[in-house]
Amino acid sequence: MRDRVVVIDYDAGNLRSVARALDYVGADPVVSADPADIVAAGALVLPGVGAAADTMRNLRERGLIEPLRDYIAADRPFLGVCMGLQALLERSEEGDQQCLGILPGLARRFPAAPALKVPHMGWNTIEWQFSHPVTDGIPSGSYFYFVHSYHPTTPDRSLVLGTTDYGLVFPSVLARGYLVATQCHPEKSGRDGLRFYANFVRWAREGSPIPAAASTP
Amino acid sequence: MLTRRIIPCFDVDRGRVVKGVSFVQLRDAGDPVELARRYEQEGADELVFLDITASAEDRTTTYDMVAATAEQVFIPFTVGGGIRTTADMKIMLELGAEKVSINTAAIQDPDLISTGADRFGSQCIVVAIDARRIDDLPGRWEVYSHGGRIPTGLDAVEWAVEAARRGAGELLVTSMDTDGHQQGYDIELLRAIADAVTVPVIASGGAGGPEHMAAALTDGRADAVLAASIFHFGTFSIRQVKEYLAARGIPVRPVPPPEPAP
Repeated sequence: MRDRVVVIDYDAGNLRSVARALDYVGADPVVSADPADIVAAGALVLPGVGAAADTMRNLRERGLIEPLRDYIAADRPFLGVCMGLQALLERSEEGDQQCLGILPGLARRFPAAPALKVPHMGWNTIEWQFSHPVTDGIPSGSYFYFVHSYHPTTPDRSLVLGTTDYGLVFPSVLARGYLVATQCHPEKSGRDGLRFYANFVRWAREGSPIPAAASTP
Repeated sequence: MLTRRIIPCFDVDRGRVVKGVSFVQLRDAGDPVELARRYEQEGADELVFLDITASAEDRTTTYDMVAATAEQVFIPFTVGGGIRTTADMKIMLELGAEKVSINTAAIQDPDLISTGADRFGSQCIVVAIDARRIDDLPGRWEVYSHGGRIPTGLDAVEWAVEAARRGAGELLVTSMDTDGHQQGYDIELLRAIADAVTVPVIASGGAGGPEHMAAALTDGRADAVLAASIFHFGTFSIRQVKEYLAARGIPVRPVPPPEPAP
């Protein structure tokens, strides 16, 4: 399993879409809810859509929280997608839900404004704040597909890899060490999204004892 | 900045695209996967499949189509038609649809909207509304069910508000008066609904050219425009539509450059 990309199976709505995108870029992912697979993963992906409370409950009921914490604490390759980002923060305003507290920050509801519909749904741009292996070949200002009603915030600006403007500018991609987490859905973002996954897989493999390189779409 | 979405729509029957699609250079114009890939490359922001398969026994062909599309297409797509229960929703979402669209079933059982939204999230639940102007009442539209065959007595704007309140993440609004005429969307209907709800509205019915789409996105205050014939018959490409809209200051996602040969 050391060489495997593991997608955490906890009933997240986008689980299969994430796995299909990883499959398409040649990662041959394993979908698993087995904590042993998390421990042994070469790269770990946490998908997620829906409510914060459901996400946390599903992770807890499957005994995945401690393996997830340990994995990330060891600074091993990790990708969080959508709710898989928000779960890493300290809290979500959605039902005032406590989250994992792995990254400093909160998920906040978009403010009510006449011109801004909630959910934030559709294609929006991401501006990269620094260069990173996962952004390779994806110009700043590229379009990604978003669908969410709560947005990440963080007091630690050094974590902010990408920003997006929807009435307010919010951190849409966070990164620290071998962890990357994105609010958008790269698996539904066409070619740039597939490139993002391919970059993540290649980066994970090059920086860990994993031989093969991922193909680029 | 969030862009306005351009959404081609297909009718599919037993896993095949129906209503002639006359794209050049397609091996099989009835193959939904090939068409979907083509539209993805041309810059479509999402896709909608409307399943018109009559019999429940033939529905497995739809499942196969959705699964095959999800393996090959990496933009969001919605499946509507024949979805009557949360179990139906679950199948489509697990097969890879981003969203499901419900129409008659939501009218017959509005709780389906709430239970679907609770179970899968509002972002998955599109409520499609077919509306027709009421002759003697300007600015009023009645909702029709069963593919536009049966008047329901529901006021379209009130039903839109109710659907959004129950958890619809998006409304797909089709004017039965303008549908098929290619003379433009019903701007007044779109605006009445868009002003009454806070969820995104997709305009449908009547697109004949990019100027109609511009009107729906500005005067109609829609967030997305859906069209079938003008794209399928090649009257306009998605690129042409997007260039037209961009030139008028309407934010759209630029069409990506052609993919390099493998």
